[in-house]
Amino acid sequence: MNASNRLDAGPPHAATVLARIQESPTIFTLQLRLDDAAAQAAYRFAPGQFNMLYLYGVGEVPISVMSDPEERDLIGHTIRALGRVTRGLAALKPGDRVGLRGPFGRGWPLQEVGGCDVVLVTGGLGCAPVVSVIHYVLRRRERFGKLVIIQGVKHAEDLIWREQYDRWAKLPDTQVLVAASEGAPLWPWHVGRVTELFSLANFDPGCAVAMMCGPEGMMRSAADALLARGLPESRLYLSMERNMQCAVGRCGHCQFGGAFVCRDGPVFNWGEVKPLLAHKGF
Amino acid sequence: MLSSQSDRAGFLPLAQLPSLLAQLRERGYQCLGPTVEQGAIVMREIEPPEDLPRGIQAEQTPGRYRLTSDPLNRYFAWSSGPQAIKPHTFAPKESLWRVERDETGSLQFAAVHPPVVRQAIIGVRACDLAALALQDAHFLREGRRDAHYAQRRDHLFLIAVQCAQPASTCFCASTGDGPTPTAGYDLALAELADGFVAVAGSDQGQAVLDDLNLAWATSQQIEAARQQGASAAAAQTRSLPGRHLRDSLMSRLEHPRWDEVAARCLACGNCTAVCPTCFCHAEADTPALDGAASEHERIWDSCFGEAHGHLHGFNVRADIRGRYRQWLTHKLATWHDQFGRSGCVGCGRCIAWCPVGIDLTEEVAALTEGQP
Amino acid sequence: MSLQTAHPGKPRVAVHKFSSCDGCQLSFLNLGEALLTLAERIDLVHFAEAGPLDPDTGVDVAFVEGSVSTPEDLERIQHIRAHSGLLIAIGACATSGGIQGLRNQAKGAEWVAQIYSHPEAIASLERSTPISSHVKVDFELWGCPVSGPQMLAVVNARLLGVAPRDNVDKVCTECKRQGYPCVMVTHGIACMGQVTRAGCGALCPSLGRDCYGCYGPAENANTDALAMQFGHLGLTPEAIVRRFQSINSQAPVFLAAANKLRTGSHD
Repeated sequence: MNASNRLDAGPPHAATVLARIQESPTIFTLQLRLDDAAAQAAYRFAPGQFNMLYLYGVGEVPISVMSDPEERDLIGHTIRALGRVTRGLAALKPGDRVGLRGPFGRGWPLQEVGGCDVVLVTGGLGCAPVVSVIHYVLRRRERFGKLVIIQGVKHAEDLIWREQYDRWAKLPDTQVLVAASEGAPLWPWHVGRVTELFSLANFDPGCAVAMMCGPEGMMRSAADALLARGLPESRLYLSMERNMQCAVGRCGHCQFGGAFVCRDGPVFNWGEVKPLLAHKGF
Repeated sequence: MLSSQSDRAGFLPLAQLPSLLAQLRERGYQCLGPTVEQGAIVMREIEPPEDLPRGIQAEQTPGRYRLTSDPLNRYFAWSSGPQAIKPHTFAPKESLWRVERDETGSLQFAAVHPPVVRQAIIGVRACDLAALALQDAHFLREGRRDAHYAQRRDHLFLIAVQCAQPASTCFCASTGDGPTPTAGYDLALAELADGFVAVAGSDQGQAVLDDLNLAWATSQQIEAARQQGASAAAAQTRSLPGRHLRDSLMSRLEHPRWDEVAARCLACGNCTAVCPTCFCHAEADTPALDGAASEHERIWDSCFGEAHGHLHGFNVRADIRGRYRQWLTHKLATWHDQFGRSGCVGCGRCIAWCPVGIDLTEEVAALTEGQP
Repeated sequence: MSLQTAHPGKPRVAVHKFSSCDGCQLSFLNLGEALLTLAERIDLVHFAEAGPLDPDTGVDVAFVEGSVSTPEDLERIQHIRAHSGLLIAIGACATSGGIQGLRNQAKGAEWVAQIYSHPEAIASLERSTPISSHVKVDFELWGCPVSGPQMLAVVNARLLGVAPRDNVDKVCTECKRQGYPCVMVTHGIACMGQVTRAGCGALCPSLGRDCYGCYGPAENANTDALAMQFGHLGLTPEAIVRRFQSINSQAPVFLAAANKLRTGSHD
């Protein structure tokens, strides 16, 4: 995306809620469309990038784009209602207006995958930033090897998009591995830590790219497991979460060592962040 | 005609100092200069030009700042005040944009631009200029110019004055940023007993000098100014162990000293507010009471505050140890990754204005002890 | 302002008073024009200081000023809680027990007997306690008094359908944004700003005075380090205790700091 059609440092652009989907008791999806038709038509994003969503009178919050990059009519965001802004966004109905600016940051290195396997590791709501990757890969199936989707949740009821996981699991060359630390009746997947599933993952460590998203502790364990399987460090990526208020590398909140996560990330190569991830409190 | 070389410097007699300010005012500048307010030197509008305070020194030690009298009755013997140029370029609080909402709920966004004010500041220090260059690098980054900062920066006229009387907290000589201004000014002055050696650093500065019709500074005067700078540098007692502390500090992230300093640190954030290079800010909305509009503002923020590391459900830096470590390692280590040099210009404000007198140079010495 | 009837869609707001000086209610009232603008969007059903009197009707937002310090208070706060959507405690009395909380450290009954000729006429609980000691409080606004703009922000947040923003910054943060030189550094006076919650706009330092902690403890308040520095500034241990034992004496962080100093465990 070049600078001319970037909707960035502000002010935001008005957008309308097209649909609101309740994914779980606390997780919902907002499908938005920019009010300015030309801006909507020009809007492009790369999987892994995020937008700043503005709730009138309350403030902005960074949310990764989860819709399909080929979808031109809407911009999708899956959000957990936790803070002031996200709880407020949760109350929106179709027709309501929000502000939107973006997309920001560096997305997933999909060009680097070549014909290799794609391993997606997510925890909690971590799945949202990689759902667009799944869509991307499925649309261009011939350009990728096997697709492995590994998802861990704390409680079985935290898992959203169950039907989608079932659907993906039935596709050729696609493996879905799901774990919940605490199961529930009729839970069809693994009960335990998500890292226990790595030995089952069916990919070629010599020709694969792994992308992780979720709690940092989970990603550290997942990285250990993937590297132990023989995946080179240079083929391991993760998406970081930090406080972001400006999204253009200016306000300073998202700094992680020398990086501004909003601008230099949120997607990083494992090697770039590994040294600091070992220290709590950065 | 004076050139910008110091050997082509002019000499501004003491009695002509007001005419320099008058000259700037004629050119449409609001003139800011040292003013005594609440026991400290702050930069406020000088009106009339004769109002520049004289004969004041600032005695500064960790956690302590006192104005005293200068036996030499100089204009600029007060080393530094609680703020550098920062508040005049990066405003502590300002509106970035505004949104209006009508009855149908539709939103209209509009950028808010600050009023254009041409400001001239007299009494800027070499460390302040070095800090401004770093703020420029951040706020005026190629392709991402901050409109609010840029507008103020573009209309700034800076009159630097050599620091002849450093405070005990100063260590600009060790960071290579002072005490004699070398770049980044429109005019630079060195105060001698009977007047100022004056050089221009920009075309605008040169034009002002030209209109003042000054005599050339003599080689004795120029040498006296040079000597004065050398003595001021030699008089500094504090220092950092080097200008490239990145690797040394980043290899000591679990050093016990972090816990020790955290026990003394109030996490009040004063060091970050007075630091001339700190740039963190928060953004927040203030909705109008009639429900029809909202202002989106930015305000100075600090990595010592709770909100800085706040994430959904937890805080990345919950304790003071993590916050102090974030501040110090950003300033002296990871700043190199971002801007190609350390973020510390040796002004010593974080030492003097820390209410409990935590001394950055002492902490760094303890953290890097025994390391090259 | 006359007693207003309910309009559908407008949140109904009540302002209740317990043991307090009315100063927080006055902060609200002193907003003048801003309050009138806001009054268009809310129904002010109970606000004795301003006129409307209807303490029993259910409301969407109840502001509660004052501490619980009489047997009657105990019942009334339960009633208010049961009839309110959001219950917002406002001011030092409601959030920490207030200046009258100082009596919690004393033998109150003896004092009453010494001062009043008919001590039996005084119905007072032994301790003055914050509202949150008795009922669930949805949000607390600290300060003695609270700032009017903070109260407006709470109402505005309710109108926007979101939680109010909790300002946990320290007074120093606001003080530096306003450009005030630190009074502790320039004058050597014992300022509490470094451990005190923001919200006042650094009012005392703006006048060259030390903050005395009326907005209560801030997040990560390092009272040990501050007490030590007060000692270096020449305050006696008793004087340091008094710094923490003022408007918000019963706020746990300030009380713990004072107790630590009293028992001498602080060096």
